Amino acid sequence: MSEIPVTESELQAHVDGRLPAGRAAEVEAWLAQHPEDAQRITAYRRQDAALRAAFDPLLAEALPPRLHPGVRKRTGLLRRYAAVAALMAISGFAGWQLHALVAAERAQSQHLARVAAVAHAVYSPEVRHPVEVGADQEAHLVRWLSKRLGVGLKVPHLAGLGYSLVGGRLLPGERGPAAQFMYQDVKGQRLTLYVRTTVEARAPTAFRYAQENGVSVFYWLDGRLGYALSGETGREELLRVADAVYRQINP
Amino acid sequence: MTRGTSGDFSRQAMQYIPRLRRYARALTGDASAADDLVQDALERALLKQDLWREGSDLRAWLFTVMHNVFVNQVRSAAASRTVPLESSLEDLPQPQAGDRLEIRDLDAALQRLPAEQRTVLLLVGLEQMTYEEAARVLDVPAGTVMSRLSRGRERLRRLLQGLPDSSAPLKVVK
Repeated sequence: MSEIPVTESELQAHVDGRLPAGRAAEVEAWLAQHPEDAQRITAYRRQDAALRAAFDPLLAEALPPRLHPGVRKRTGLLRRYAAVAALMAISGFAGWQLHALVAAERAQSQHLARVAAVAHAVYSPEVRHPVEVGADQEAHLVRWLSKRLGVGLKVPHLAGLGYSLVGGRLLPGERGPAAQFMYQDVKGQRLTLYVRTTVEARAPTAFRYAQENGVSVFYWLDGRLGYALSGETGREELLRVADAVYRQINP
Repeated sequence: MTRGTSGDFSRQAMQYIPRLRRYARALTGDASAADDLVQDALERALLKQDLWREGSDLRAWLFTVMHNVFVNQVRSAAASRTVPLESSLEDLPQPQAGDRLEIRDLDAALQRLPAEQRTVLLLVGLEQMTYEEAARVLDVPAGTVMSRLSRGRERLRRLLQGLPDSSAPLKVVK
């Protein structure tokens, strides 16, 4: 077999999956004849996988307050945020006047909406790795996430509304594991359902609506779980889907 | 500039903060240094937001801003000599078995790469930028990205496998 010259740059591009398919096959064939380089390429791929395993959990972490716009900055207050900070002070005062229990519950569910919106913003644009376990292994997905959250989960089926299940992933939540299920319609528009456990079981709350950085969220607490449905769709459309999710979980 | 567009910018920038944090954490090897870096970068981005062209790639622009902040930090740290640029050989962690140690080893090994190799390796391997995107963020030619990537990956492999660090130029594969 005649030797096809392979450059170091091509080997790097092969690690990153950026070679055209035909050339990738030639490089594979070449690597079969060059075991030392093949080992090197395998090691580089493991490096990338290890990097993602080590640092990807940061994507789902709640942001520290100092990285939220509207918060006093370490080096001087940004003028454009002064008005927001003032508003936050006022609403903080109003919150203080509410009954402590109501305030605590509201804070808990607002936090739910925020982390769900961030998780949506991070994973819904993902092309290569939108979910950890795909819809083709739905039974496994439900078993796995139920086991990690320590509570039996149900995955709503939304095909009747035009959304098919893409799959799901495990996320680190504040008090333990949380789950995210992703759906998409024929146009590729994605919705995510974020589920996490709550401190104590309780009767269902009303749907609440929030907008976090362009992401609309309907969220509610029900039994031992908190749910948040996020999407970049209109409020009406999202409410229609949230209603269907709620009905399927509480038949 | 109107208040409306400023709000839009913050809202759009917001969605990239988790990615900036992930990159900064791997780059600096320290959680609070990473958040300092992201915070400084965001402040700078907000002040310079007029320089961002609406419709162009905001992620790449934010990473560029953060890279410039990082370079300035490294430069001033080097000037004041508060941070040793090359840690001594004794600091090199011994390769260990077990996942938890592997992550710590990875962190330690990353910090032993020259910053110019570490940035490329992370933009491509972790942030999954194309070589052209990484070249624009770092403001270097694409060929430089390729050679730093190649050297960085090989050096990281040797560090993780406990092999001697070959300072010889990488052999050309024929």
